[in-house]
Amino acid sequence: MTSEAGDIYREYILDLYKNPHNFGILENATHKHEEFNQMCGDKIKVFLDIKEGKVKDIKFDGEGCAISMASASLITDKVKNMPAEQIKDLGSQFVLDLMRIPIGTSRMKCALLPLEAIKRALN
Amino acid sequence: MEIDNKKAHELKKDFPIFKNNKGLIYLDNAATSQRPQVVIDSIKDFSEKNNANIQRGLYTLSEKAMKKYNEARKIITKFINANEKEIIFTKNTTEALNLLSYTISEIISKEKDEILLTEMEHHSNLVPWQQLAKRNNMKLKFIKIKDDFTLDLEDAKNKITDKTALVSIVHASNVLGTINPIKEIISLAKEKKALTIIDAAQSASHIKIDVKDLDCDFLAFSGHKLLGPIGIGVLYGKQELLEKLPPFLFGGGMIKKVTYEDSEFADLPEKFEAGTQNISETIALAEAIKYVQEIGLENISKWESELFEYALKKLEELGDIEIYSPKKNNISILSFNPKGIHGHDVASLLNEDNIAIRAGHNCAMPLLEKLNIPSVSRVSLAFYNTFEDIDSLAQSLSKIKTKFN
Repeated sequence: MTSEAGDIYREYILDLYKNPHNFGILENATHKHEEFNQMCGDKIKVFLDIKEGKVKDIKFDGEGCAISMASASLITDKVKNMPAEQIKDLGSQFVLDLMRIPIGTSRMKCALLPLEAIKRALN
Repeated sequence: MEIDNKKAHELKKDFPIFKNNKGLIYLDNAATSQRPQVVIDSIKDFSEKNNANIQRGLYTLSEKAMKKYNEARKIITKFINANEKEIIFTKNTTEALNLLSYTISEIISKEKDEILLTEMEHHSNLVPWQQLAKRNNMKLKFIKIKDDFTLDLEDAKNKITDKTALVSIVHASNVLGTINPIKEIISLAKEKKALTIIDAAQSASHIKIDVKDLDCDFLAFSGHKLLGPIGIGVLYGKQELLEKLPPFLFGGGMIKKVTYEDSEFADLPEKFEAGTQNISETIALAEAIKYVQEIGLENISKWESELFEYALKKLEELGDIEIYSPKKNNISILSFNPKGIHGHDVASLLNEDNIAIRAGHNCAMPLLEKLNIPSVSRVSLAFYNTFEDIDSLAQSLSKIKTKFN
């Protein structure tokens, strides 16, 4: 496996798929949103607890491919304690830096789905 | 000609795509089939030797194009045992079903207000009917699927009533591979004077279709799933019904007489064929049909069934694979999910080994919702597939399972 897909399924990505971080439901969420990827049937629900403009806690629930699930783990780890306003400015580069894998156009939607869900929850 | 593994290898050589994509294992035939050389040559040949618009030309070149086009219509007509006034060329199955959904109200009796579909419809045989139901204030009903992924005939019997205006069902499911008992359902519908529509997009390349024998009112299929080019599809309709339907698209070619104020429409089939048609694609589709007929649909489906059984056995041997296809009476579509692995990951990793499959909702979101799965991996076979293709699939799946476990 030499080309793109071989590279993207790295050990830590598969680990995060099997043992996701921040997976579950936040009962006391102040913001939540469910986002779908129509193409592949990925589904992600995010729950945020925003206190004094900052992310006090965040969790996600849903099902999807290894790329979207790993991305959700990495993003939810990173945005904890981040000001909500700052999250609104995050873009694809933020996700790519976290993922550290070469993501082609066909899988970009999968990787960006969790960030999209978080941003919509905050809107 | 009977097909065995050796013959399948030989037939594969008729398809230049495999020469130009070394090592390609193409298992996404339900999405679109590959094209044999004769079909490709036909399009090139028309452009090089016969290209002219038809009907309007009073010159030799246009006549040549016209002659080819008319021959093509004859071949396509005979392929499903219709008559020439009953074949309307469209872009694809979707357009054919849309044409119907926009015109059919004209022949639905006022006291009938139910549209009956199945739970396994492709979006193309669902969304247009949802829209018709909204426009005309009709009710949508669905024939249930049983646990073995076949249609529940008892449920069909209960749901086809005097209120049923039309029954539109898929001949073979693009997700499950199930071949539906359409003859039984058509006859149940006839008893209640309901119109019958068959989506034959998946079946036309695998099963001999005889519209007279089926006695369906309408039937649609696409050329590109039948070794033909993209952009040509067929709507069959019984002549007496097509005559009663209003035109769908208006413009040149579909008129008899036009004044500034009004128009008189052409007879069948031109009434439904406004604008310049996909002439070279239509001719190429006829070539594809000739190629299929030379091999014989019976031989094709026999070999595909053999391949399907082999694939099913291989996947079952791998273990921990959830299968969503009936084991018998299947169009050679195998949908599955290795436990704990998403379809997108399966497809991406199979692609690493040059294996092309479809993964996702396969244009049947309500069906996947019903089966309670977010996504499915689908292998769909054609007669140019071989045992070796399946072996490669099984090996690659085994590697993927190891990677994820």
